[in-house]
Amino acid sequence: MMKLLLVVGIILLAPLLGGLLTGIDRVVTARLQGRQGPPLLQPFYDVLKLISKETTEVNSMHRFFVYVSLIFVIFTTVLLLSGGDVLLAIFALTLGSVFFVLGGYASNSPYSTIGSERELLQIMAYEPMVLLACFGLYYVDRSFFVKDIIASPYPAVIFLPGVFIGFTYILTFKLRKSPFDLSMSHHGHQEIVKGITTEYSGRDLAVIEVTHWYETVIVLALTYIFFANANPFSHVLAVFACLVIFFLEIIIDNTFARVKWQQALTSAWVVTAVLSTVNLFILSYFR
Amino acid sequence: MSFIKKSPWILHYDGSSCNGCDIEVLACLTPLYDVERFGVINTGNPKHADILLITGSVNEQNIPVVKQLYEQMADPKVVVAVGICANSGGIFAECYNVVGGVDKVIPVDVYVPGCAARPEAIIDGVVQGIGVLEEKRARAKKKIPAKQQNGV
Ligand code: SF4
Repeated sequence: MMKLLLVVGIILLAPLLGGLLTGIDRVVTARLQGRQGPPLLQPFYDVLKLISKETTEVNSMHRFFVYVSLIFVIFTTVLLLSGGDVLLAIFALTLGSVFFVLGGYASNSPYSTIGSERELLQIMAYEPMVLLACFGLYYVDRSFFVKDIIASPYPAVIFLPGVFIGFTYILTFKLRKSPFDLSMSHHGHQEIVKGITTEYSGRDLAVIEVTHWYETVIVLALTYIFFANANPFSHVLAVFACLVIFFLEIIIDNTFARVKWQQALTSAWVVTAVLSTVNLFILSYFR
Repeated sequence: MSFIKKSPWILHYDGSSCNGCDIEVLACLTPLYDVERFGVINTGNPKHADILLITGSVNEQNIPVVKQLYEQMADPKVVVAVGICANSGGIFAECYNVVGGVDKVIPVDVYVPGCAARPEAIIDGVVQGIGVLEEKRARAKKKIPAKQQNGV
């Protein structure tokens, strides 16, 4: 019974948190640009509006993929926040992204096809780092389960500083922020309009938005795992670290221009190769 | 509670404007006017937009473009004609290729006068457009057909 309540709680509260974070993001971004910015709850207004709008259907598969993607992302969120297996969560998250890409391909629109191709490139760029972060966490605590990792005597980040920095680097891809927002940026008016989401409207677009809220919570949960340990005070520190990382991403988003895909891919791989492998090597030497 | 009033997303299309009105439209997004305060986003994508802002008159070449943009937008939708060119053809009305105002091709809900229309007037037009949007949404919900406009 408690378990069920927890799952329902996570499913309902995670998007609320994600939406609120998106609202904070928009306000902070506006302030950084010298504007007043929208109200804090603007992302919720947007999604509720989209739900009340007409949904144009390009073809039936096109819509289907978005909902499947949402289900996998929700599964990932529940798994991570209820102390489950990090590795399984990562795989479910990847599957969610792949379905999202398939949705882009399904519409046959040139914009979303190019968006899908770029999204695949981005997955290629960040996925090795995410996996290595998982392995690093396992290496430190000998368990893939979140509940074991956050119950260890020391925070994982002490052993994995390189992995953590590398992970922060690829968060920019996951949060769809500049300079790595090649496939679908938060801002319209680009060479590929809105990338994968170009052909979606109404309810489907709302679902994509909510999926992104869940994803925001997922990446911050992964950040959290690096800091939390048996000491109750460390959880406060972990929340603080999440906020710092999120704020850092907003600043990066506003200060960097978008890079070419070659640069995005190679830089992500170089960071992954250098920081995480060196980190893991040193770790293996001392243990 | 209707949320369409709180998040009107805009699509800006330049018919055959002299770019004067376009610059004023873009000025609305700058820190001085900052329309994002009202939840307005300049989407650049008809499928995401609620309000179609057209500047400049319609000419023979872009009639199909304007029609297609309008048709791709999801209901409820509103058209705001910005600048005197978009209202009636303005100083270009007599040109051999100019058809006239936007309302010759698609139904226009709000006319924003001026040459160039001032940012304040544009924001005012968008806010009136939001009112029309809400009306249309309520009507669509009750399944009352939209009234015939401009004989289009
Ligand atoms: S109304 Fe005036 S400023 Fe606007 S497009 Fe026409 S001529 Fe240019």
